[in-house]
Amino acid sequence: MELDELTARLIDRYQHGMPLCAEPYLEMANTLGCSEKELMACLQRLELAGALSRVGPVFDHSRAGASTLAALAVPAERLEQVAARISRYPEVNHNYAREHHYNLWFVLTGPNRRHLEQILEELEKDTGLVPLDLPMLTSYRIDLGFALGGHP
Amino acid sequence: MIAPLNHEQLLDLRQCLERGLPRVSRPYEDLAEQIGAHHLQVLKQMQQWQEQGLFRRVGLVLNHRALGYVANAMLVLDVPDALIDEVGQRLARAPGITLCYQRPRRLPHWRYNLFCMVHGRERAAVQAQIQALLDQHLLADLPHHLLFSTRMFKQCGGRFAPPPSQVWAHG
Repeated sequence: MELDELTARLIDRYQHGMPLCAEPYLEMANTLGCSEKELMACLQRLELAGALSRVGPVFDHSRAGASTLAALAVPAERLEQVAARISRYPEVNHNYAREHHYNLWFVLTGPNRRHLEQILEELEKDTGLVPLDLPMLTSYRIDLGFALGGHP
Repeated sequence: MIAPLNHEQLLDLRQCLERGLPRVSRPYEDLAEQIGAHHLQVLKQMQQWQEQGLFRRVGLVLNHRALGYVANAMLVLDVPDALIDEVGQRLARAPGITLCYQRPRRLPHWRYNLFCMVHGRERAAVQAQIQALLDQHLLADLPHHLLFSTRMFKQCGGRFAPPPSQVWAHG
């Protein structure tokens, strides 16, 4: 989608640092120099274009529960079926095909580590494929979203 | 004095938040109504969670692809353990890197221990950007691999909060 000037500023300013107050959208609008109604319209346009997943907090994996990045090496002819099987878990929030021998990558989140291990064991039993289990050990960057300007 | 939320309300609030804030003028009133609380109780809890570091960030959660950032690459490197913190911190500051994590090796299947995400509009440009970055930081000789995404099967927010009943479909 093409971004108008206000939407671009909204994206650059508010992927983090959204105010925690009774009327957050009004405060954001005031900061950006527009009306609350215009701000809401921007959000709705982004959502309709499929560009906005949601507004609100992104939970810290390590504090909000457990999470891991997992990967499977899936034979090409089974990729569609295995991917669909994985996406059905509510605990899976990202599921991508990538160019590698390990060609299916997904993020699992849940209340604790044991819960994730049970899902990986279940997947291994169901698919006959052994998942890589790659939980985060260190985060070197605080997640601030991404900058529209900083990318090729 | 604002009363704290009870256990069930806390779990309900977590679940509501994972679906996103309502897009109405007073979203916390909306949430408070859903969980049977006062909006000031909800706001106070939000501020506490923020202070406790439960939120990585609060704001717009975007889908890069719909914005035209269709070249999504995961750069993985095999960094000697003694150097990983230094290399991780340097790459984390580099422009265009949105995430930078250390993860465990799984030998013999998987040797890479540093993971960076890069988003861009065009594949060739992302490749060039990453090559320039590796050259600049003298990392091009380390074993590394660039995994472009070819399809997105699912993308949504994390689900951490167990349902109040504590019953899990896959438990």
